[in-house]
Amino acid sequence: MTLHEGVTTGRRVQRLLSFNGWLVFAFLYLPILVVVVFSFSGAENVGIWGGFSVRWYERMLGNGPLLNAIENTLWVALWSTIVSTVVGTAAALALDRYRRWVGRGTFDAVLYMPVIIPDVTMAVMLLLWFTQIGLPLGRGSIILAHIAFNISFVAIVVRARLGNMDPAMEEAAADLYAGRWQAFRRVTLPLIMPGVLGGGLLALTLSLDDVVITSFVQGPGSTTLPVHVFGLIRRSVTPEINAVSTIMVTASMVLVFSSLAIQRRE
Amino acid sequence: MLDERSDGLPGKANPELERRAQRRESWRGFLHAVPAYVYLIVFFVLPLIVVFVFSFASRGRTGRPNLEGWNVDSWTRLTEPLVTTIVTRSVVMAIINTVACLVIGYAFAYWIATRPKLSTRNLLLVLVLIPFWSNFLVRTYAWRMLLDSDGYITQLGELTGLWGRLLFTLPAVFIGLLYGYLPFMVLPLYAAIERIDWSLVEAGRDLYASGTRAFLKITLPLSRPGIIAGSILVFIPSLGAYVTPDILGGAKTTLLGNFIVTQFGAARNWPFGSALSSAILIVMVLATILYFRSGARTI
Repeated sequence: MTLHEGVTTGRRVQRLLSFNGWLVFAFLYLPILVVVVFSFSGAENVGIWGGFSVRWYERMLGNGPLLNAIENTLWVALWSTIVSTVVGTAAALALDRYRRWVGRGTFDAVLYMPVIIPDVTMAVMLLLWFTQIGLPLGRGSIILAHIAFNISFVAIVVRARLGNMDPAMEEAAADLYAGRWQAFRRVTLPLIMPGVLGGGLLALTLSLDDVVITSFVQGPGSTTLPVHVFGLIRRSVTPEINAVSTIMVTASMVLVFSSLAIQRRE
Repeated sequence: MLDERSDGLPGKANPELERRAQRRESWRGFLHAVPAYVYLIVFFVLPLIVVFVFSFASRGRTGRPNLEGWNVDSWTRLTEPLVTTIVTRSVVMAIINTVACLVIGYAFAYWIATRPKLSTRNLLLVLVLIPFWSNFLVRTYAWRMLLDSDGYITQLGELTGLWGRLLFTLPAVFIGLLYGYLPFMVLPLYAAIERIDWSLVEAGRDLYASGTRAFLKITLPLSRPGIIAGSILVFIPSLGAYVTPDILGGAKTTLLGNFIVTQFGAARNWPFGSALSSAILIVMVLATILYFRSGARTI
């Protein structure tokens, strides 16, 4: 949509809007920046600058429970991402490519609920369900829980990509005697690949970052990094938390940025 | 799509063949959805029903639901003064946060959506999206650090005499919620405002409407889908917020989310926790219906 010359808000309003805009950006980014900066401070006290140092990062490397939590996190994120990307993509295809099938409307609505639902409620639901069906709590139950919310996010991202795609491409493939699978493999999949990868990276980020749901459905020894850090924060604030936080937030920002960059690729 | 005549010649389609092709298409669509459908039924819909059912169970010795003595005790407890205080506090906080996000987010989204160059708009949008999806825990923790008693914000407050210690108070929880959920508001608002046909506003101005009047009568109503979607995306998670009040709040700022977690931990009352969760779920299902009708699905 192009902007019309005639719709220029007054200069004072315009200046206020810009001011608000930059203020919001500062609000969004400064706190993260502070954590990153102070993770390199040598002082024992968290809010005080004590000269450049990487001692908190060094200390992290020798922390057994922390490294174990990192391993659990990566394992869970890997499997939940793979499964939810495949299942979520199929769901997006079902909703975008096929207009009429049994239960389509209900499916569409239910697919959105894991996005809107508060973490606590989802956590409670899954804990009750897992204990009810007698599923042992551990890495497996965490993976199952993460897939449950990630399918929705992948489906939404892929569906957005499908919506921008010209169906004529697939019809052309069919006209040239490509079979269903061939048309999908050679035409549809390459075209929606940015959406699939973008959705997958988003799923990976959400899985790496989840705290509440994981803390409910974890078992002994299966704690993930965010849950471990959450426990540390609740006890006391230490410079070591700044170092771990910096690593977590950098990882998720890089992943989100890659996801967005890939999705925008033509 | 694929069963249309591709030769472009007019001709009468065989109704029987057409019906069969249609049935095949709908079968294929269903098959694609089956994995997600089954998964969501097993790990979302059934758990949702179980929570509701367990809210009527009686409490076993370990706090877990005892599936024999069915009753409505957990639901009647919702009217106890302690519970209503927490529920009211949570609802008020969620409303305040939604309104604050709406006011700040609207001005912000409007500013981004009215940047003349598409590349500028896209860049600014990416800058909003990055913190949106980034680690929520770390972003909340940042405020714990910033608001700490010997931190710069507290010192500034003491120096000017405008505020005292904020950490572990409701204002701190509010800052955390605003910080956490503002991007949820900005995205749907941006999507709605960017879609506005500005020639309508222009026409209004040509007919001597003042800038304010044109905004109130044209721009604002046209961005309604975004306002509804954004408000739902902020209100529901704020209502069940747990991490933010847990890290930034104190004993006197317990919100619904913390209260639910307590029922599954220290209080050992799973049926009551289920009833509280069910109450949120009912609000969520109603909101989802509203979200769909608003016509602005942006995430």
